[in-house]
Amino acid sequence: MSELAENREVVFHASGVTKVYQMGEVQVHALRGIDLDLYAGELVVLLGPSGSGKSTLLNILGGLDTATSGHVSYHGRDLTRAGDRELTEYRRYHVGFVFQFYNLIPSLTARENVAAVTEIARRPMAPERALEVVGLGHRLDHFPSQLSGGEQQRIAIARAIAKNPEVLLCDEPTGALDSATGIVVLEALERVNRELGTTTVLITHNAGIAEMADRVIHLADGSISDMHVNTVKRAARELSW
Amino acid sequence: MRALDKKVLRELWQMRGQALAIIAVIVSGVTTMVMFLSTYDSLIQTRENYYAENRFAEVFASLKRAPEHLLARIQLIPGVERAESRVVAAVNLDIEGFNEPVIGKLISLPDAGDARLNQLHLRRGRFIEPYRDDEVMLSEAFANAHRLQPGDHLSVIIKGKRKTLTIVGIVLSPEYVYQIAPGAFFPDFKRYGVMWMGRNGLASAYDMDGAFNDISLTLGSGAAVGTILDQLDDLLKPYGGYGAYAREDQFSHRFLSEEVRQLRTMATVFPLIFIGVAAFLLNVVLNRLINTQREQIAILKAFGYSNAAIGLHFVKLVLLIVLLGITIGVALGGYWGRELSLIYMEFYRFPYLHYLLRPSVVVVAATVTVLAAISGTLLAVRQAARLSPAEGMRPNSPVVYRASLIERLGLQRFFSQPTRMIVRHIQRRPFKSLLSVIGIALAGGIMMVGNFQEDAIRYMVEVQFSISKRDDLSVRFTDPTSRRALHELQAIPGVQHVEVFRTLPVRLRFEHRTYRTALEGVQPEGELMRVLDTRLQPVALPPQGVVLTDHLAKILGVLPGDMLTIEVLEESQPVLQVPVVGLSKQYLGVWGYMRIDALNRVMGEGEVISGAYLAVDPQARGEIYAQLKEMPRVAGIVVRKSAIQSFYDTMAETVLFFSFIANLLGATIAVGVVYNTARIALSERGRELASLRVLGFTHGEIAYILLGELVLLTLVAIPLGFLVGEGLCAFLASQFKTDLYRVPLVLESQTYANAAAVVLFSACASGAVIWHRLGRIDLVSALKTRE
Repeated sequence: MSELAENREVVFHASGVTKVYQMGEVQVHALRGIDLDLYAGELVVLLGPSGSGKSTLLNILGGLDTATSGHVSYHGRDLTRAGDRELTEYRRYHVGFVFQFYNLIPSLTARENVAAVTEIARRPMAPERALEVVGLGHRLDHFPSQLSGGEQQRIAIARAIAKNPEVLLCDEPTGALDSATGIVVLEALERVNRELGTTTVLITHNAGIAEMADRVIHLADGSISDMHVNTVKRAARELSW
Repeated sequence: MRALDKKVLRELWQMRGQALAIIAVIVSGVTTMVMFLSTYDSLIQTRENYYAENRFAEVFASLKRAPEHLLARIQLIPGVERAESRVVAAVNLDIEGFNEPVIGKLISLPDAGDARLNQLHLRRGRFIEPYRDDEVMLSEAFANAHRLQPGDHLSVIIKGKRKTLTIVGIVLSPEYVYQIAPGAFFPDFKRYGVMWMGRNGLASAYDMDGAFNDISLTLGSGAAVGTILDQLDDLLKPYGGYGAYAREDQFSHRFLSEEVRQLRTMATVFPLIFIGVAAFLLNVVLNRLINTQREQIAILKAFGYSNAAIGLHFVKLVLLIVLLGITIGVALGGYWGRELSLIYMEFYRFPYLHYLLRPSVVVVAATVTVLAAISGTLLAVRQAARLSPAEGMRPNSPVVYRASLIERLGLQRFFSQPTRMIVRHIQRRPFKSLLSVIGIALAGGIMMVGNFQEDAIRYMVEVQFSISKRDDLSVRFTDPTSRRALHELQAIPGVQHVEVFRTLPVRLRFEHRTYRTALEGVQPEGELMRVLDTRLQPVALPPQGVVLTDHLAKILGVLPGDMLTIEVLEESQPVLQVPVVGLSKQYLGVWGYMRIDALNRVMGEGEVISGAYLAVDPQARGEIYAQLKEMPRVAGIVVRKSAIQSFYDTMAETVLFFSFIANLLGATIAVGVVYNTARIALSERGRELASLRVLGFTHGEIAYILLGELVLLTLVAIPLGFLVGEGLCAFLASQFKTDLYRVPLVLESQTYANAAAVVLFSACASGAVIWHRLGRIDLVSALKTRE
């Protein structure tokens, strides 16, 4: 498996990444020196309890936040030095996000939520097509308030993949869902990863989900505590928790 | 349409109540601006056209009497384009069915050919036939006041001789757009009429055959008006010239210009207030919106929307509200502008109206509004644009509250917990609370302006006609007369008291400044005409020297103790040096006063009078009028009380209109501010209030927490509104200070009460809407949504 990894193209390269927050009068060390390579097309699960620094790492990879020190590059492009404009451009053309609370725009329908992203993308798929990929081709004109949590999260996934991003970053995508609905959402992510070859990073504190990953990275207290390659990768619908 | 634009539209629809309140404020601002500015332009344009088409003269002079051949010499003054001589006669009139004295001015028209200057605009009937001496044309205002029609007859007393004339036409004149009897302060169309008849007929009745006593000129372009006035004065001096004056000193024109200038002031002050308030409201609403949309902004940024795109998104929302407001405002302003122009047109009796809504007015109104709105929301938009996506994703940290003044003073046991919540909430954002208070205060202030007009006018009239001039009627003689006429007047049955006066047309000069007015010699310690000092107390005039209206002293730059040069424009036209011995307060007109004996003495003329003030037995009025009218020397009789009454009657409608508009506008602001403040408080604290409901608080108790704050802000705003109102009125009063009139800063307690009442009512109406919404608060979902 390591052989496979070495033959693949490196998408993200992180070395010595730290992140320190100032919270009132306390300094919070969210990340304490992370070294990590992520490869094209793999599905990685970042596993760890809350407060372990998973979201911080994901935000830095996605250009939502910048590291306090250390280095992050995307296809050799230095993200740590990038300015606001460059990060915006990076997010616009390369990254898709999925969040725990879906974060749909309530005043826009399913189709329009996706369109809000495809309108500014370079070679997007049609919003309808993206919604079909997540199995919601029949709920195009519903507002978020008319949809269940699982449906909302699948729209969020459609929104994230509609621009054909190279990487898909998912922060606890099933965190707010029951397990049956969660599995439907994970199936959608799995399908995107398999069919479109999108490099996917998925954060969770739920060890059960780790079994669908190519690789599992454990985070604890801002550091990588363990990293292993799944010898048997299970399909999402076989998972349970 | 792009997805984000749909978001703008849908969110605007969601916040339609608040948006509507803001739009109403913007509409008020743009409407008043467009209305006043377009009316201003229309009046100027209409007046210019009217003047040009009817050849309104540029220089005027009246004199005692000059032979007609002098006209040729006047025509030769360099720069004079046209000159036209006229006979103008002050007359008394008898109108059937109207027993009070009516005075008039008869003006000659050339018998051969049309008038070259100051041409009349025929409304009904026809012009006078050449050389007819029994035909007359009336000004429309006068004719309408008495329902006189072509074909009716009119009895005119010219120099004591009665003459019956047939009305042939009803006309308008550019010279008498504003028609006020000499010495009066407001139009009274029933008791003062301007009329025209053929030159020959009038001249023979007025002993002016082959002569004239009035002249009008137009000038070539680039002519030096000052020099021409001097040359004309020199020519007329031997013939008893009363001093030439240019168009800008022509009475009707001056009044009109003054009114038009006021429109301009209104067009600036009111819209600025509204647009300022609208900018503030937009700021408050947008700040709140951006706060509730932190996550949405973050998500859009996570997907690659740029700062500029996010900023533009919110700017679009603001622009949509503003543009809606501007569009409606321009439409309404155009409509009301035309209506207001029509009111002015009727009031001034312009023959027509050139309504003019210049594109530049619309552009200015739109630009000012958009700029104000953008600058009012710039910070909020910037905050949205700059929000870092990672930060936006995190929930807002709990709002920081501090112990309020109540706790720091250790007074908490006197206040309930909800009351302390109110105080803490206000204290947490003092600046925002202050702006809300200022907004409501402006609403109160605007309403006070609406009523200030009426208060001020009533006060001016009160001072002029109850404290200063207290006669029942005044009589003016055609020529200066011996004091013996006093006895004749006293002898009329029913006349209780008579005081004489002497008036002289003068030009006052101090250093290089001059002013044309009248000097009045009054009886010392008189009861019917009292000169007031600057504290409005009647003063005894010193045995010598002149007392000037304080505003006149300011115009001339003269102080008590200075020596004033008085060029008398009557009789032998002597030039006198008289010391200024005091100042007098007066709101209407500017005059100089002397004791009549002192004036007679410096004129070296013996005991001469120009007229008399009379106190009469009300029962005997009719008889007295009849007798006075037949006295040959009586040029005019003015009845004070009926003049005041007719003034109030004409004023009432306009004042009512303006105070209605001001109250409506004020209420718009009050509702806009209170409603928006309340809605935002509800949105910010809905969760908190729902939690309290869950804990067992009643609808009334949570409403108290929210509405109590508004009540407190409103109560603070009302006294502040009084100050704002006083300030605005003081500003307007300072703008309306001219030699024609000075508007005093007088505000009746009713004006304060009215402003407070409308503010309270608007606040209560907004409160009722919030109360209703609080009743529908969804406890479960309010607790679920995360902030």
